[in-house]
Amino acid sequence: MALLSKKDSKLILDPLADNNPITIQVLGICSALAITAELKASVVMALSVLFVLGAGNVVISLMRNIIPSKIRIIVQLVVVATLVIIVDQVLKAFAYELSKTLSVFVGLIITNCIIMGRFEAFALGNGPWKSFLDGIGNAAGYGIILVIVGFFRELLGSGTLFGFKVLGDPVTKTGLYSIGYENNGFMIIPPAALIVVGIIIWVQRSRNRTLIEEA
Amino acid sequence: MAINTEKNKYTVVFAVIMVIIVGSVLAFFATALKPKISENERFEKQQNILYAMGVNNNEEGGSVDFVPTTEVEAEFAKYIKKQLVIVGSEAKEKENAYLIDVQKELAKVKNGLSAELPLLVGEKDGKQYYIIPMYGKGLWDAIWGFMSLDENMEVQGVYFDHKGETPGLGANIKQRFFMDDFDGETVLDGNSYVGVAVAKGNNDPLNTDKEDNQVDALAGATITGNGVTAMIKESLKLYKPYLETIRTK
Repeated sequence: MALLSKKDSKLILDPLADNNPITIQVLGICSALAITAELKASVVMALSVLFVLGAGNVVISLMRNIIPSKIRIIVQLVVVATLVIIVDQVLKAFAYELSKTLSVFVGLIITNCIIMGRFEAFALGNGPWKSFLDGIGNAAGYGIILVIVGFFRELLGSGTLFGFKVLGDPVTKTGLYSIGYENNGFMIIPPAALIVVGIIIWVQRSRNRTLIEEA
Repeated sequence: MAINTEKNKYTVVFAVIMVIIVGSVLAFFATALKPKISENERFEKQQNILYAMGVNNNEEGGSVDFVPTTEVEAEFAKYIKKQLVIVGSEAKEKENAYLIDVQKELAKVKNGLSAELPLLVGEKDGKQYYIIPMYGKGLWDAIWGFMSLDENMEVQGVYFDHKGETPGLGANIKQRFFMDDFDGETVLDGNSYVGVAVAKGNNDPLNTDKEDNQVDALAGATITGNGVTAMIKESLKLYKPYLETIRTK
């Protein structure tokens, strides 16, 4: 027997490509622009969102029948904020170095529209297991795009990957730089992320034409 | 029994209970983890101070590498000989002066109150290091750091850190390619304490000119760079009376 039923695995796999939160639903763009100048930051952000969205979806789903609909958005915000703060505190106590890299993202996670979007659209109407899968799937879909964008921006903008100089040293002119290659400073500023995301959307839609909406 | 979740009364009760639960959960975590967190912060400060005076595990061309947390307390006691607080132009010894919150002291100075500015004197291989803690503003949030000087007012090392500068841009002030540039720069221009400016038009990317009071700026991080410049300048202004007493050049 497969680990996940067909329906369940669709919950995870769909957001990775055909229903990707960034490229198809165009959610979470703000954080995708802000933190993808470096690959490492992209990975940390992706993992944090994975945890918060997975856990948050379960909590909201468990509470779905008792949440008063009038204040459900506030309840969702409180759940996200609490989870994020707890994670931040635990990391500060037991993985101090990691928490320092993460602290920048705490605010960004709370306001991430994907998280609120999944709570509202999925967790409020489905059971905990399904919600968990949905959360993991969407966070992974978000994470993949972040990592792709971070990869290109760091490589073309700084000539490094995870801080390692993969293209040679721009100051002492070694590697690629010795034949006149220059880093593209434009890639490390946020608008460059829009262009990279735009290209990803373009590539994705031209490969799968069913994704193109009718005008 | 189905609960009517649409009633106002239910909404209010729900909100109250939720706030109480969430509040106590957060308070529990905060209290339970506080000793551990403040210990981590203390170690970090010691690591940063030692880093600024060149006690670190840096390798040529590598990234920032501190003394390990397990050894930092012993190393700190070994290298830091005196902990001073500067009141006006007088310096007196004070235990654990390094734990003083520089931000608060600077606020006192700004409001015209008397402040205790911490200064650490380290000794390595017979050489004295005067380590000044600094605190300032970057683009988004606070930036801070430590700068060690010798008697000639030459920078022996710096460590910068920040709360929320942009990753890949302003956040690079804590990278070695930025901090290493400060080594050997003089903070004096004639007799005035001008500090070391983070300059865009520096035209000296390899940083060979150590007398120009400038280091090469970070692309895309103008405001963070200006913040570093201002922070150094402001701190030197406050420490000048004391620095004049130790200066030999």
